[in-house]
Amino acid sequence: MKSEVTGEVNGEGGRPPYGAVALIAAAALAYEVLLTRLFAIVQWHHFASMMISVAMLGWGAAGTLVAIARAPLLAAHRLAFTAAAVLFGLSAIGGFLAAQAVAFNPLEALWDARQFLRLGVVYLCLWVPFLGAALALCVAFSRFGHTAPRLYAADILGAGLGALGVIVLLAALPPPWALLVTAALGLIAAALAWGWRSRAGLALIALALATAGLPVRWVALEPLPYKDLAQWLNVVGTRVLAERSGPLGTITVLDSPQVPLRHAPGLSLTAREPPPQLAVFIDGNGPLPVPRFDGDLAPLAYLDGLTSAAPYHLLRRPRVLILGAGTGEAVLQALYHGAHSVDAVEVNAQLIDLIEHTLAHYSGRPYSRPGVRVHVAEARAFVAASRARYDLIQLIADTGGHAAGLGALAEGYAYTVQAVSAYLERLAPGGLLALTRPVDLPPRDLVKLAAAAIAALQARGVSDPGAHLALLRSWRTGTLLVARDPFTPQRLQSLRAFCLTRGFDLDWSPDLNASEVNRYNRLDRPYFYEAILALLGPQRQAFIDRYKYRIAPATDDQPFHTHFFKWASLPEWWALRARGGVALMEWGYPILVATLVQALLLALLLILAPLAVSRRPLPRVGRLRVLTYFGLLGLAFMAMEIAFIHRFQLFLGHPLYAVATVLAGFLIFAGLGSRLSERFSAPPERIVAATAAAIALIALLHLWLLPEVFRQAAAWPEAARIVLTLGLIAPLALAMGMPFPLGLRRLAETQTAFLPWAWGINASLSVVAALLALWLAMHLGFAAVIGLAALGYLLAAACFPKTG
Amino acid sequence: MRSIGWIVWLTVVVASTALAGGEDQYTAERQRMLREIVAMAADTAAETGRAQLDERVIAALARVPRHRFVPAGLTHEAYANRPLPIGYGQTISQPYIVALMTDLLRLKPGERALEIGTGSGYQAAVLAELGVRTYSIEIIEPLARQAAANLKAAGYPQVQLRVGDGYYGWPEAAPFDAIIVTAAASHVPPPLVRQLKAGGRMVIPVGAAFMTQQLLLVEKHPDGRLSTRQILPVRFVPLTGGPSR
Repeated sequence: MKSEVTGEVNGEGGRPPYGAVALIAAAALAYEVLLTRLFAIVQWHHFASMMISVAMLGWGAAGTLVAIARAPLLAAHRLAFTAAAVLFGLSAIGGFLAAQAVAFNPLEALWDARQFLRLGVVYLCLWVPFLGAALALCVAFSRFGHTAPRLYAADILGAGLGALGVIVLLAALPPPWALLVTAALGLIAAALAWGWRSRAGLALIALALATAGLPVRWVALEPLPYKDLAQWLNVVGTRVLAERSGPLGTITVLDSPQVPLRHAPGLSLTAREPPPQLAVFIDGNGPLPVPRFDGDLAPLAYLDGLTSAAPYHLLRRPRVLILGAGTGEAVLQALYHGAHSVDAVEVNAQLIDLIEHTLAHYSGRPYSRPGVRVHVAEARAFVAASRARYDLIQLIADTGGHAAGLGALAEGYAYTVQAVSAYLERLAPGGLLALTRPVDLPPRDLVKLAAAAIAALQARGVSDPGAHLALLRSWRTGTLLVARDPFTPQRLQSLRAFCLTRGFDLDWSPDLNASEVNRYNRLDRPYFYEAILALLGPQRQAFIDRYKYRIAPATDDQPFHTHFFKWASLPEWWALRARGGVALMEWGYPILVATLVQALLLALLLILAPLAVSRRPLPRVGRLRVLTYFGLLGLAFMAMEIAFIHRFQLFLGHPLYAVATVLAGFLIFAGLGSRLSERFSAPPERIVAATAAAIALIALLHLWLLPEVFRQAAAWPEAARIVLTLGLIAPLALAMGMPFPLGLRRLAETQTAFLPWAWGINASLSVVAALLALWLAMHLGFAAVIGLAALGYLLAAACFPKTG
Repeated sequence: MRSIGWIVWLTVVVASTALAGGEDQYTAERQRMLREIVAMAADTAAETGRAQLDERVIAALARVPRHRFVPAGLTHEAYANRPLPIGYGQTISQPYIVALMTDLLRLKPGERALEIGTGSGYQAAVLAELGVRTYSIEIIEPLARQAAANLKAAGYPQVQLRVGDGYYGWPEAAPFDAIIVTAAASHVPPPLVRQLKAGGRMVIPVGAAFMTQQLLLVEKHPDGRLSTRQILPVRFVPLTGGPSR
């Protein structure tokens, strides 16, 4: 081994391993995205985020480790880089399999404290691969700090390409295969670092190829048995009819001939049973029903027994827009009710393809029926670009993970005040907007939605919003009708008749009498009626403040419709835990806070450890500057990136395009900015001060101009919007790419001992920032996050490390 | 005073069960479980509309050996007032929820009850213990086999079990005085509504595994009219300073 080391091009004193750095950075970022996908299938989304966020601190731990054992690691830096990359490659697979085998069950966590121990083991399993990748990078930066701008450019260009690459990979391969490929990339990075033409290098490449070619069943996913799909698979006679993998999720179609699915949330007690359906699950969550349809509408009569059918009894042959058309059931509902035309919008093209082709024999191809047009788009983006007018806009989201109270962080751009305004804008005179959601108890979702509708109506200048609203409810679903023009007495009469024959409660209509409410599906109080009455009255704000759930309407700046958690209610929920009261709590937000606290504590520990443990203590002078400068850069860069991903999501229309375009744009342009920083001859303090000022200025310009730019360009073709996005991001990201490498180079020139510590601080706080940005956005909005990030850059510039 | 009376009564119930040959090693745990259930039920009287649970339901819970209906490795937790995993992604409900659901059905000896979702068989055993003619359908075959063995071993061979689709109920044994649907339900199956007697009641727990969020009570009135009531199993008013109980 030793003889090989000395014989290679990249000898211990050799040139920086730019290619290997780019490759390991790409593999690590791809792995992070991939883990999110893998755990979304095995677990539930929010717990997946928590596991991965905490494990990401393996990244920060690398800085700590190199700071503590700097001398031996840097003396054998090539070996250290190679070994660390091999560690990543092997543990990327091993860590995931071990974490999966731990079988942490979050649903049981409040009944069984042992689950927390399992969670800790999961963290450790996932911690190792991140530590491996980061160790390689940190060794490279610590050894070749004088070339920091180039190295950083390679690092983040690699990460940017990794972000794009994994999305392409997930579009082409099922997630377990993508895992094998990602692990193999880590091994190829090791080979590159060592010298791929050496015997060891060739052996590593052979190992990488063998890894990529492993039987996929060795990395088979084992979802928790409590997930919807896993439960259905236990049913006798059930079989998987089709499966599709894509970056938006893994779609599974089940056929259960012996015990057919009959999914019809909140179906009237007086309705006919639905015909047998196929069940579609996305990442194991569902089911979304595919009704059997052969062109005969009669068996679809059950669709008239749902609350979402109400608007069809108020409108004659409406032109319908269905947002989030999914498996096409809502399209069939429109056809059953004689709709004049149907525009169906669905973001997941694979789902449409399944319904229209693979399952055509069963589904009857609802999207190809006369009068139906299907659009692959996200709801808000479609509405923003559309110039058509509709008599009815339908959004039906009557099932989902919401039952477990996990929806808090699922962004609700579809349910903000601005969203409702945009929908109302597209209604023809007399048109109706119908929003169907699950009924939760105590009420919160529909109450918050009503608050958003009232705010939107008022923003349009409606003086009596109550005259434009109606809410009807089964035991399971509620449909909020928002009318462009006030309800006419005839329509209200039709609505009453609809509710009466189906046993649905009318919880609000402009002419409703208090004695009429809470008749069929009785609650211990007429909560919905009382809530809408209060929201329409002068005491609205007091009511929102006093309510034990967060029901202030979501906005585009704080698009968290399903964030209902209030700290003030926590003691009461906690006191009720022994009798299952935790089911009342909304889990998404407390999980985010718990993750943030864990990440913050771990980050502090990792940052302070080198000061306490290192055999060669870090110099006393300059510590605070290094900590502040690199810490603020880590926080500000990531917070800016996260806020922009969210902001552009609305504009780009597709959550994945937004993540890919913005992330890749930030990383690639920041990489170019890093290279550019080398060309300036001015002292680095001045360059950093200038770039910080530029960042702050451009960020403020973005805050001011973006809404108008988005409005003007909403109808542009997708490719043009992507190019515009990159153009808008470029100047900001170019500037953001400079301060970090300039700081590292300063340390390399004057205070080398600080290098790994500084790198680790930046890495640890980047992880914290991703969580912190989301938490701040929930309280202050994304605009405030952008403002704070800009402030972070200005403060950092003031703390640029001094010479000597 | 009322609660003291309850405790005395409970002690008598449990002691008599133990003296009648109940399994002594679990007597204390069972008594503790019953005390918790009684206290919780009293606290949620306003939500459930029942000031206290039916004494017969409590007596039935005191007699059914719950430890025979949980997996072997979890018998030490059988009487903890919490849901437990029983395999196949299913759970045995929290004893408090079992008591509440059984109470809401207001069954009398000799009446007929249908259960959709046998699970480990515990709920069916409680119904049988009340002297109710119990029919139960389980969708997952291995669970159904296990439940049959559990019920036999615990002394409830009279419970009628079937493996299959509960959606269409058990027409040969219909009509039922009560139906309990412990399987996840997106809607109340119309065939079950038809198999419910006039004046009968149906209970459906709603929520994810380990988390019962609410109980849905479907009532078929003597005139055939249907109504539902949604009941929170906990006392929680959503408005600070809201309507007091």
